[in-house]
Amino acid sequence: MTTNSGGLPLRIVHLYPEQMNIYGDTGNVLTMVRRAQWHGYDPEVVVHHPGAPFPDDVDLIVGGGGQDSGQGLVAADLRALGDHIHDLANDGVAMLMVCGLYQLFGQFFETVTGERMDGIGIFDVATYGGPKRLVGNVRSQTQFGEIFGYENHSGLTMLGEGQRPFGEIEMGSGNNGRDRTEGAIYKNVYGTYLHGSVLPKNPRFADALLEAAALRRHGVFTRAPIDDQLAERARSRARQLGV
Amino acid sequence: VLSHRCAARVGLLVRRLAKLRGSGTALPGLVVERLDPRFLAAALADLPEGVVVITGTNGKTTTTKMVVELLRASGLKVFSNRSGSNFTRGIIAGMLGELDGRGRLNADIAVLELDEAHAIQFVREAPPRYSLLLNITRDQLDRFGEVDYTARLLEKVALATTTGVVLNRDDPLVRRIADTLPAAVERRYFGSGGSVKHLFPDDRHLYGTRPELSPEQDSPDHAADVILSGLSGKSATYSFGDEAQPAIELGMDGVHNALNGAAALSVVRMVLGDRAASDVLLAALGSVGPAFGRGESIDVDGSPLEIVLVKNPSGFRLALRSYADRDAATMIAINDRYADGRDTSWLWDVDFESLSDVEVVSGTRADDMALRLHYDNISVAHVEDSLPAALDTLLAIEGPKRIYCTYTAMMAIRGILASKFNLAGIQ
Repeated sequence: MTTNSGGLPLRIVHLYPEQMNIYGDTGNVLTMVRRAQWHGYDPEVVVHHPGAPFPDDVDLIVGGGGQDSGQGLVAADLRALGDHIHDLANDGVAMLMVCGLYQLFGQFFETVTGERMDGIGIFDVATYGGPKRLVGNVRSQTQFGEIFGYENHSGLTMLGEGQRPFGEIEMGSGNNGRDRTEGAIYKNVYGTYLHGSVLPKNPRFADALLEAAALRRHGVFTRAPIDDQLAERARSRARQLGV
Repeated sequence: VLSHRCAARVGLLVRRLAKLRGSGTALPGLVVERLDPRFLAAALADLPEGVVVITGTNGKTTTTKMVVELLRASGLKVFSNRSGSNFTRGIIAGMLGELDGRGRLNADIAVLELDEAHAIQFVREAPPRYSLLLNITRDQLDRFGEVDYTARLLEKVALATTTGVVLNRDDPLVRRIADTLPAAVERRYFGSGGSVKHLFPDDRHLYGTRPELSPEQDSPDHAADVILSGLSGKSATYSFGDEAQPAIELGMDGVHNALNGAAALSVVRMVLGDRAASDVLLAALGSVGPAFGRGESIDVDGSPLEIVLVKNPSGFRLALRSYADRDAATMIAINDRYADGRDTSWLWDVDFESLSDVEVVSGTRADDMALRLHYDNISVAHVEDSLPAALDTLLAIEGPKRIYCTYTAMMAIRGILASKFNLAGIQ
């Protein structure tokens, strides 16, 4: 991997890569690293595992989705970190949480049989186990324009009153298949059901995360021109896909 | 409901008619299944040596081919399903050509490759005498939901097995299934050992976080029946129990295929018992070539064109690793039809850095593949959605060529190559 040793540092934390990784979530970390390099920064990836001390000087946190079996271990560790992550979120640290970790960044996940797993409540959302999986291609309209991805979840997520969604569904199911909302936002923290991976195909969103991280750390975000023709092609292809 | 024999006759008639019309093989199977829903179970129940079922995420087709060849070399008459016909009606359609005058399957034993998705229905109808569980890795999560769910499917196959189950000792998800089996069912293990061990990355190694296990931590809980203990190029050494066997030259590339060989040897040794002759089995294994689209090599104007099926992250990683040291002009064809997996997220879990450059990417998700390579800083000369046009681009290059492709892309590519070159062995 090329490095920009002269560039300004950015520290990216990959949350629970062993447990929460099944939907191409490493693609989001790779996209952050590459685009940071292409913009002239010197990114560093630090992984956080359950039970380990949380890294210091965090600029950006990325987390993904996992198996039900890995969720308990992760949820317990996350709850122990809850106050710290709230502080980071309130301090403007950029975060992207996909699928399982999006759910755990909400208030709770309640299974079909009524068991409840508490989250850390960054988002005022609650997730309920649903009868069937919501699976397929998704297009949602967000502040960064159209976002393309793929969803695969059985949890139905309901937004609390006043909780901002990340996007409005144009195709696919999103949070719950009913209210056309997708994901949630709190300050620079984004929760979404979209994988694909979501960031490579949505470079405006990817750069917004980097910009938030760089502004907070260095007070300025210097943007280099990046050739996103391939992302544009993949986006126009995604526009033609059915659910 | 018609009698078994009657259903077989009608099926044969439909098969003849379907052939005249040039249509597919599934229809006669469907007709027979409708006429006699117990047809499959009845035909298989008559087999003197029973049924061997082979399942798991990766390597089913190649391992099935190996098991069939090993059993044939040992003198058994074997029925097997053709690649791709994993559904019960596909298996029935395949049987119609192998029935005797009384509608009985003319074979000693059936060796069947079962797709995880259809395995449950199959074992309910026709419990296998033996099953071979290869591995469980992430595959097509839009179909199966989660890896844990796939593990439960394989467990159900094992639980339906009446005599013996062979399990991959190196795969924790597979190994765990042994604990659920009733005491009366024999269990055996295959695996890798010695210098070969470190060649198998599991999904967790992808995340770069797992330290190499020390030998003590890694000490296996179970003695294995067959161990792949050495591999250098295609020269493989297997141990049966503690007895190292003479090295053999395999007919195909890849550490994963050498391990498939251990799996095949173990289940065949279980089936044959005292009748197993080690030298016969090893010689037969060495003569097995790659299965349909699984690393098979076609001669194009004097240089090889290899077709490598890739279906999921671990399979793609192993394939890239197997071929890393033999340079070739590379094409990657990614489709997103149902049989390929609709979700292309998995491409982000493959590390492509061993490829220096890629000549052409193609398929319905060519753009996603090109974008993926871009993020590994790998240059792509051509992005061409259409498979025929992409093949033209690749074929115009001199020297060795290699195509990594998903399932439906592989089928289409083989079809195009067949019409272009009219090569033997290409359907």
